[in-house]
Amino acid sequence: MPDPAVRRPRSPMAAPRSFLWSRRVFLTLLTVFVLLPVYVMISSSLKPLEDVSGKFEWLPSGLTVRPYFDIWETVPLADYFVNSLIVAGAATLCSVTIAVFAAYAVSRYSFRGKRVFTVTVLSTQMFPGILFLLPLFLIYVNIGNATGIALFGSRGGLILTYLTFSLPFSIWMLIGYFDSVPRDLDEAAKVDGCGPLGALFRVIVPAAIPGIVAVAVYAFMTAWGEVLFASVMTNETTRTLAVGLQGYATQNDVYWNQVMAASLVVSLPVVAGFLLLQRYLVTGLTAGAVK
Amino acid sequence: MRRIRAAAVGAVTLSFALTVAACGGGSSGTEGSNEQPKTLTYWASNQGANLEVDKKVLQPELDKFEKETGIEVKLEVVPWADLLNRILTATTSGQGPDVLNIGNTWSASLQSSGALLPWDAKNFEAIGGKDRFVESALGSTGVQGQDPAAVPLYSMAYALYYNKRMFADAGVEKPPATWEELAETGKKLSGNGKWGLGAEGSNLSNNIHQVFVLAKQHGADFFTPEGKADFTSDGAVAAVRQYVDLMAKDKIVAPGNAEYAQNQSLSDFAKDKTAMVLWQTASATFESQGMSEDEWGVAPAPVQSGEPGPGKATNSMVAGINMAVFKNTKNIDGAKKFVRFMTSDEEQVVLNKAYGSIPPVKAAQQDPAFNTPSLTVLRETLATSATALPQVPEESQFETVVGTAVKELFADAAAGRAVTDDSVRAELEKAQQQMPKK
Amino acid sequence: MTTTAALDAGERTARKNDPGAAPRKRRSGRLRRIALPYLLLFPAILLELLVHLVPMVIGVVVSFKELTQFYIRDWGTAPWAGFDNYAMSLDFDAPVGEALLKSFLTTCLFTVVSVGLCWMLGVAAAVFMQESFRGRGFLRTIFLVPYALPVYAAVITWSFMFQRDNGLVNHVLHDQLGLTASPPFWLIGDNSFIALLVVSVWKGWPFAFLIIMAGLQNIPRDVYEAAALDGAGVWQQVRRITLPALRPVNQVLVLVLFLWTFNDFNTPFVLFGKAAPEAADLISIHIYQSSFQTWNFGTGSAMSVLLLLFLLVVTGVYLWLTSRGRKATDA
Repeated sequence: MPDPAVRRPRSPMAAPRSFLWSRRVFLTLLTVFVLLPVYVMISSSLKPLEDVSGKFEWLPSGLTVRPYFDIWETVPLADYFVNSLIVAGAATLCSVTIAVFAAYAVSRYSFRGKRVFTVTVLSTQMFPGILFLLPLFLIYVNIGNATGIALFGSRGGLILTYLTFSLPFSIWMLIGYFDSVPRDLDEAAKVDGCGPLGALFRVIVPAAIPGIVAVAVYAFMTAWGEVLFASVMTNETTRTLAVGLQGYATQNDVYWNQVMAASLVVSLPVVAGFLLLQRYLVTGLTAGAVK
Repeated sequence: MRRIRAAAVGAVTLSFALTVAACGGGSSGTEGSNEQPKTLTYWASNQGANLEVDKKVLQPELDKFEKETGIEVKLEVVPWADLLNRILTATTSGQGPDVLNIGNTWSASLQSSGALLPWDAKNFEAIGGKDRFVESALGSTGVQGQDPAAVPLYSMAYALYYNKRMFADAGVEKPPATWEELAETGKKLSGNGKWGLGAEGSNLSNNIHQVFVLAKQHGADFFTPEGKADFTSDGAVAAVRQYVDLMAKDKIVAPGNAEYAQNQSLSDFAKDKTAMVLWQTASATFESQGMSEDEWGVAPAPVQSGEPGPGKATNSMVAGINMAVFKNTKNIDGAKKFVRFMTSDEEQVVLNKAYGSIPPVKAAQQDPAFNTPSLTVLRETLATSATALPQVPEESQFETVVGTAVKELFADAAAGRAVTDDSVRAELEKAQQQMPKK
Repeated sequence: MTTTAALDAGERTARKNDPGAAPRKRRSGRLRRIALPYLLLFPAILLELLVHLVPMVIGVVVSFKELTQFYIRDWGTAPWAGFDNYAMSLDFDAPVGEALLKSFLTTCLFTVVSVGLCWMLGVAAAVFMQESFRGRGFLRTIFLVPYALPVYAAVITWSFMFQRDNGLVNHVLHDQLGLTASPPFWLIGDNSFIALLVVSVWKGWPFAFLIIMAGLQNIPRDVYEAAALDGAGVWQQVRRITLPALRPVNQVLVLVLFLWTFNDFNTPFVLFGKAAPEAADLISIHIYQSSFQTWNFGTGSAMSVLLLLFLLVVTGVYLWLTSRGRKATDA
């Protein structure tokens, strides 16, 4: 928790009391706001179903860990989790790789159509998903019929879709970041005999690791949470978590405690990984966004 | 150079995709074929407590079928939230299952898309004949006068479920048989945080089922015989008003029910918070919520006066699940064999017993398993006083717009705003204008 | 546009750092040099074409067709509708157009308020956490949790909390604080707008926080020190140094938040289910209903195209205005 009593050593000037108090009040309120749903998730996941579907109580009257065992029986949670990991992971990997190439081209070369490319790419962020859900589905099916590459219903189709969702923003962020890597560095590498790709991978990418991590986190979260496309593009074997979690709301009943328990279980690895990368993310976004 | 070749391949693929996509859907074969006689894909709807339960119920039967015929059935249980969208995308793209379950109220809508195999006399012959099925269930398989788009698989009906203990505590001796009695009984039972009747105000389909039956009782229909939307007739207005008035005027429905859409009214019932619910085949749910079978009673849903029967004495819609075959299946004979298997007397008993529903197959209904007091009520309702929802292609639009209108009216009632004939008519008018013009 | 602004900056530095690049070109490498950027861009272009642009073109074509359930099996056979779908969507006196207009205005209001709140919370939190204090890293971790939870899990939890009879929100407001005479509804009726806003801000502000926090790290310390020497207090420093320095970050951030919020489908869909209450009938849900639930994909596509045009115009004007403002300050 914030502790204004601690002297801030690097502060150019001691902050007045009003600042410290505002800070304390504001951050406390914000923490409550942010953590409230998290608390509800944890406490509800430890209640028996009757209690959860009854009136809300701050402290559970009866504690049980049963939901944490039941979640695996009600829906094939582990399968969904693996699907989500594969889809989000692969989409992230591809999206970042493709964005790195594209951003390198834009940042380091001048060529015809550069402006058209960047403007078009960014404008795809404006497309309402509904507009291209069915057309995209049709295209996948037709590609499947024509080439035998099963995109529809497969993880591949979903990976392809998600990676393009995060691509525009990733390219845009990486352009800014690559621009901030001094050109002398890659010129020097080229003089040393590296080809253009050598310069990219030996010089620019290492210097841009934080930005790349930032982009990767963003791409991962985009793919991890998407509901609409996943609901029609997956089948039982490829269903992702975002859709699969809805399996706890059945015909007869909503297993609130299991929904919460399952959400927590699947979020934990992601939150943990996210936090591990946090340091990179902060520095990473700096250079990308501020340019 | 490898990169350039890859680029060329990609570009060719893309332009090819473009051309094909521009030419429309991939539904090539119109009448089905027998190219893949050894496998079938089957989309089952979620009938059990959860998806895993469904798999446990169905898989042994599918294994039995494979043993008999050598056809392997790949099962996917599709959650209700996704089923219709999945069917739509399958229809658009021609990439779907061979056999699938549909909510029987969707029959006419899906029939109009032309994607489902019509069950003409010849096809019915292949599954043992049309007269094996109960009349009312056949009434919900597509537009009248056309070959059905599906065959009935499981049947359900609405009934009045009541909490025996709460009835005894309030000194109510028998369940209400008319709406007037229901309101009176409800008032006796309401109070001290308890309520007479549960409703599911934000559940569009349930709203439709309820007001449809009430409209029948007022001699009205939501569609003209020619299939045109007619939502604002006096009977329809009276029906919708009567339903919402259970909360607005009689105050026997808790205002909180206006936001219910996930069967919270059933858990309220199981927790002794409401004394009655009008629901279809709810026994399994109550049991899963910890009630034992002697704690609740089942009675026919109320009518305006007299006994339930046809016409104005209708007291339920024909609820249930139908089984359909995608026209472009690559195993048309196998698909029919599978439908025959699933609707056979023996399987009908097994499946409907597992799901607590009523077999739409006459012979299977004779099984003693369906003679329990609660199932008898449902069976008789289906046989004598249930009417199918309008069998028009616009049925699913109708559910959306009128269901939403009722939802908005419930929201008004819950917020204490007046619900009048005028406000009901205005909502229904708005709903009607959103229907596609014909 | 920031992208293009960034781009121009990139090009400028490129030319500055590499003045002799063009004359130094070697003959053998020339073709390669011209082709290389395109090869690097190729995968991105291919995928954008496949997943965004081509489907969009198909969508535009469909918007001129009468694509209802009778024709979805074979799109080619759907009759051309000319501008009928557009006429219907834009006839604001008729119910379809009226509902669309209302939904559009709701979405605009929602987006403006949500983006505003996200931005303000983000700025405030970032400014307050600019100086290090004990527990800062811990708080930063906590503040990023909403961004890391899967959307479905987070939103379903909020819908659980917003239940009228059993939810936490009413438990606090009504039962414990006694602020209301009767427990209000949050998921139906007019309050649903507030509920949607709360969830959207909860989910969206950490992203603003991240970007702004990153932006603050680029402000050199000596600027603050100089201001402090001039006798500027902390509040003044925030107003005179921090906020102006955030301008370039804000330009991008606000645009991105705007587009995401405006097109957000997941939040209202999970929160309200298939039929959103009128007060919270966002345009994305509205279009979904118009196409998927009433099976009228032509009209749905027409609405989407109109939405796309609107967003293009707004983005264009926004970038033109902000870039002009920036050039003015730069000069």
